[in-house]
Amino acid sequence: MATYQLTVNGSRKTVDVDPTTPLLWVLREELKLTGTKYGCGISACGACTVHVAGVATRSCVVPVSLIGERPIVTIEGISNDPVGRAVQNSWVEKDVVQCGYCQSGQIMSAVALLKATPNPSETNIEESMGGNLCRCATYVRIREAIKSASQQVK
Amino acid sequence: MPALNRLHTRLFLLVVVLFAIGVFLAVSQAAKPSSDTDAVGLAAWDQVYSVLISPRCINCHTATNYPQQGDDRHRHFANVIRGPEGQGVPGLNCVSCHQDRNADSTGVPGGPNWHLAPLSMQWQDVNDRPLSSAAVCRALTDRSKNHNMDGPALLKHHSEEALVLWAWNPGIRPDGTARALPPMSHQDFVAATRSWVEAGTPCPGGR
Repeated sequence: MATYQLTVNGSRKTVDVDPTTPLLWVLREELKLTGTKYGCGISACGACTVHVAGVATRSCVVPVSLIGERPIVTIEGISNDPVGRAVQNSWVEKDVVQCGYCQSGQIMSAVALLKATPNPSETNIEESMGGNLCRCATYVRIREAIKSASQQVK
Repeated sequence: MPALNRLHTRLFLLVVVLFAIGVFLAVSQAAKPSSDTDAVGLAAWDQVYSVLISPRCINCHTATNYPQQGDDRHRHFANVIRGPEGQGVPGLNCVSCHQDRNADSTGVPGGPNWHLAPLSMQWQDVNDRPLSSAAVCRALTDRSKNHNMDGPALLKHHSEEALVLWAWNPGIRPDGTARALPPMSHQDFVAATRSWVEAGTPCPGGR
């Protein structure tokens, strides 16, 4: 076991965990931030996506010992960001969600895309969202919501 | 007098012949070391090339829009693509999973600034077949393609660059087994690179 100081959604948190524990399980089990989901556990589906120092990161494969001082933002904190707020509003507006399990990861990836590329092309959306799977196949609505959010953040 | 002239003429011809022989021997001696140097350099290059086309190196020196992974050099999973800077795309960057060190507990390899080599340093064709020794050598020594690296800079790159060093410390796979190493030690790789550089970075002929 080891003690780690993490900055999560702007708050300083202390956790005492095995260094090999994936960030996902620290967030969910230790900090009770259960909005970030476990999907595949091998970074193949994107359900566990959070932001680490602003980079969309697959939290299921990153041991907590490798986080260091980099700040973490999860789905619970993304609405504090104007782009995050716009994306969440668009998700509601376009009624994107079906079962909803993958959607926190989808939103975190969409926010990363729009922060880097405020006016994304179809190709940009396809490439950036290509690692986030949705078993309900809400891809068309996800695309529309990203375009809508893009208009809001301009 | 005619006899004296004939003697002078014969002496002159003898001097010319001896001079020609001397020049021939000098040129032969000068050429021999160069040929030997090329042979040593090309032999060293063969060793360097054997490392460059090993999976630990060539998987990120693709000609395509994606990296490869595994000892069988299959396409990287999860729709990972190259992106404009060789670092993936927003939302799906290389560093979305690959941290600055190996994550052996989850089987994800890592090193500082994990990224793809630029397309100018592609060491395979668009069908994922390794390029020939001559083609890789030409690309590696073309300063318009290799970030303007001369021989000593290439030696330094092979000796010190973090992602080059990673090839000899590639961590373990998600199933707990070790990733294959390049076909020689890093020390031998650097020694081979040094020999090749000292020989003037000769490249094999052919395509």
